[in-house]
Amino acid sequence: MTGAATFPRWAWVPFGLTLVLLAVPLTALVVRAPWGRMGELLLSDRARDALALSLGTCAATTVIVLVLGVPTALVLARSSGRWAAVARTLVTVPMVLPPVVAGLALLTALGRRGLVGSTLSALGIEIGFTTAAVVVAQTFVALPFLVVSLEGALRSAGTSYERAAARLGASPSHVFRRVTVPLALPAVASGTALAFARALGEFGATLTFAGSLQGVTRTVPLEIYLLRESDTELALALAVVLLGVAAGIVFLAVRVGRRRA
Amino acid sequence: MPDAIHVHAVVPERALDLDVRVPDGSTLAVVGPNGAGKSSLLQLISGELRPDPGLVTVHGVPFSGPVRHVPPHRRRFGHLEQRPLLFPHLTVADNVAFGLRARGTGQAEATARALAELDAVGCEDLAARRPAALSGGQAQRVSLARALAVDPEVMLLDEPLAALDATVAPELRRLLRDRLAGVTTVLATHDLLDVVALADDMIELGGGRVLARGPVDDLCQRPSTPFLAGFVGVNLLHGTSRGGSEVWIGDDLAVAGSAAQPLPPGPARAVFSPAAVSVFAQAPHGSPRNEMPAVVVHVEDRWPAQRVVLDVVGQRIAADLTPQSVAELGLGAGVPVTAVLKATQVTLHPGAHPQAGDGARPRG
Repeated sequence: MTGAATFPRWAWVPFGLTLVLLAVPLTALVVRAPWGRMGELLLSDRARDALALSLGTCAATTVIVLVLGVPTALVLARSSGRWAAVARTLVTVPMVLPPVVAGLALLTALGRRGLVGSTLSALGIEIGFTTAAVVVAQTFVALPFLVVSLEGALRSAGTSYERAAARLGASPSHVFRRVTVPLALPAVASGTALAFARALGEFGATLTFAGSLQGVTRTVPLEIYLLRESDTELALALAVVLLGVAAGIVFLAVRVGRRRA
Repeated sequence: MPDAIHVHAVVPERALDLDVRVPDGSTLAVVGPNGAGKSSLLQLISGELRPDPGLVTVHGVPFSGPVRHVPPHRRRFGHLEQRPLLFPHLTVADNVAFGLRARGTGQAEATARALAELDAVGCEDLAARRPAALSGGQAQRVSLARALAVDPEVMLLDEPLAALDATVAPELRRLLRDRLAGVTTVLATHDLLDVVALADDMIELGGGRVLARGPVDDLCQRPSTPFLAGFVGVNLLHGTSRGGSEVWIGDDLAVAGSAAQPLPPGPARAVFSPAAVSVFAQAPHGSPRNEMPAVVVHVEDRWPAQRVVLDVVGQRIAADLTPQSVAELGLGAGVPVTAVLKATQVTLHPGAHPQAGDGARPRG
């Protein structure tokens, strides 16, 4: 270590407790995982259905998050005033809302007898308790993660390069494609990683709005919850997979985010 | 010469009220203190600021007006400001080709033009680099090449050399002079060297209005406002002529000097260098000299001299003295002194106070 410490020495104590608090449960998961039967467990029907569903829905969610989230973040970053503050609050709320409440909100809006859902139902479109509902629930909780982090990055990056591009004759869409997005790429990548990870872990909203039907709406977290007592080994195997994916994503997000500096 | 640019505009929220014309192919320098409206004038021309009401025409075409506002990206104008603002994610060549690509030119043609522009600013060997690997002077050259690559109708320069080292600025100033020859240009600057090297005409802005305008040579030799006098580095005293070769400052103080022609009665001004002023504790009473009672406002270092700013009947003049004299006379704020000026070192000009020199203004 170089230089003088810039924090009081007692800060090491809560620091150590934090590490213990976080590391012990994760270590327990890894230690207790049935490593010997891992391949066999993960190739079982239930595991394969859940993993394929999670992967597919998360991929779809990520695409929707990018398509909706990047322009949304840009509009918010370049806007000020009352309506922008309201919109910003609206975008942030799903991040702090209990997921089960989010699921209930989606059900009352898009369920068969819901506010919008009843009309859709009359048109023959059913969303509740389908794979589409899983994607809607994941998008609802994950989108804010991209929007909020990207908005901050775009705001602090400022508009001078965009102005320079416009002065050179670039239309607003050309500026967006060739200047705004390329310059914000690290923030887009880390925001997308966070959103993907949030979607992967989604449980409460999915269970409430989409239910738990194997191969249709039962994603990995739901399957883990159902299996935790009946087939602990399979639950642990799936849990270790989720842990690995989450750790990998955080690692990538931190690396890409640091390249920005 | 026809006007290439004509700005006749009011912008109430910035307290702007301007009428500015730039003849085709010439360069107009815009000077004035911070907040005078220099950048706002450039923004009016670039389309980032809309007149309310007013009209901005370029080559007779209305670009901003009551019925039409062409957005900045549809104007083919070149910009160069203090920061080069090269896109960090593109190579130097792609930066220079950016404007052409944005306007639909094909990759090969745009790249060829970019390389030619880089060649013209002496940066052809930097084409493959990223902007982060350039020095400040190189980045500003590339930025100039990028602006010129789209064949701009007019060039707008906002303090283009202000951020550069004193060793780099003269080279770039020469380059600007070469590359902008014949291009209608508006140049906002704080630097007399930029004005003298690059501009044909000059305006002084103050409080959102034009306070002085004219050819650079005229305004430098006969500055009509205190700001211009300070900008050029000379002293200026405003007064009245009663005929003859004296300018009366107030009722009791006459400054004698030489005039090209006998001064007509009316407003007049006396112009002299800070080096022509000497300062005494008591009046020395020598004959062909002007003696003016004065009070020291402040003293500042201007190596190798010290600049003493004096208040003479409510107007300010500067005197450059050696540090020894400043110490011997014990000069400091509030000290009363006598400023002495040889009549042979004062030139007298007829002319009014700045505000009266203003041209026609739009409603307001």
